[in-house]
Amino acid sequence: MHLEYFLLIAAALFCIGIYGLVTSRNVIRVLMSIELMLNAVNLNLMAFSNYLDPANVTGQVFSVFVITIAAAEAAVGLAIVLSIYRNRDTVDMEQFNLLKW
Amino acid sequence: MTLAEGVQIVSFGILAVMMLGAALGVVLLENIVYSAFLLGGVFISIAGMYILLNASFVAAAQVLVYVGAVNVLILFGIMLVNKQQEFRPIARAWVGRAVTALVCSGLFALLATTVVGTPWKLSSAPAAGDNAIVLIGIHFFTDFLLPFELASVLLLIALVGAIILARREYIPDTQAGVPVQDALQLPERPRELVPVGSNTSEQGATDSFL
Repeated sequence: MHLEYFLLIAAALFCIGIYGLVTSRNVIRVLMSIELMLNAVNLNLMAFSNYLDPANVTGQVFSVFVITIAAAEAAVGLAIVLSIYRNRDTVDMEQFNLLKW
Repeated sequence: MTLAEGVQIVSFGILAVMMLGAALGVVLLENIVYSAFLLGGVFISIAGMYILLNASFVAAAQVLVYVGAVNVLILFGIMLVNKQQEFRPIARAWVGRAVTALVCSGLFALLATTVVGTPWKLSSAPAAGDNAIVLIGIHFFTDFLLPFELASVLLLIALVGAIILARREYIPDTQAGVPVQDALQLPERPRELVPVGSNTSEQGATDSFL
């Protein structure tokens, strides 16, 4: 097992997340793509923690922080989506021109 | 690591195929409910990869927090925003998708060449293994104490803010003697739906939101 395998898989997951973030039109799918990207970052952190710093598990500590922030982000993001949906009655990203101009 | 090398490679392959397939399903499938369930599959396979990487505590936390909390929250969001609508088609939308796919594959190629070309300084120290949870606790209460406390305060603030953003505005003073007509319907301030795309009613949207 090599470090490079894990890093390549994480890079692929990150790129899939970016593709979903840019192209999806459903708001909740955008939030899911952000979760994918955060998980790719976590996988990177964990691979570095195991292969470069195995005795002193700093990467795992950082990934716990990332998981915490991701949970907070999901809660606030879904609350914002619900509130926008109640006011605008749509989930289409193309019709959210609230903060655009 | 007590697993043999072959077992590790085989389970890594299975987990990687599962993860990438489910991630592509999350991004590409039309039905958003299928996407949400596949997202749970991605989280579970990532937890398996954490176990391969000697991080059993974070794998357990991943299953608990992501699969148990975040994924359920996303499913709740989907069910609450359950609107079957046909998105208005955009002219030449495939151009944007193609350009995005091109940019993403270019980014992946860049990252892959960087990963392969970098001489990583691999450490030969023995892995912490099951001792890692003790080490994580020591880190949390010595050199990462301030971020730990800040993260807990931030989580509290974010959850309270989420509740305040997502709650509905109830009318508190209904008439005391009049029974509610529909027992299953909560008394709720009548909302004004803003017609999408009209700029003149921004003020009304702000008012009903507040």
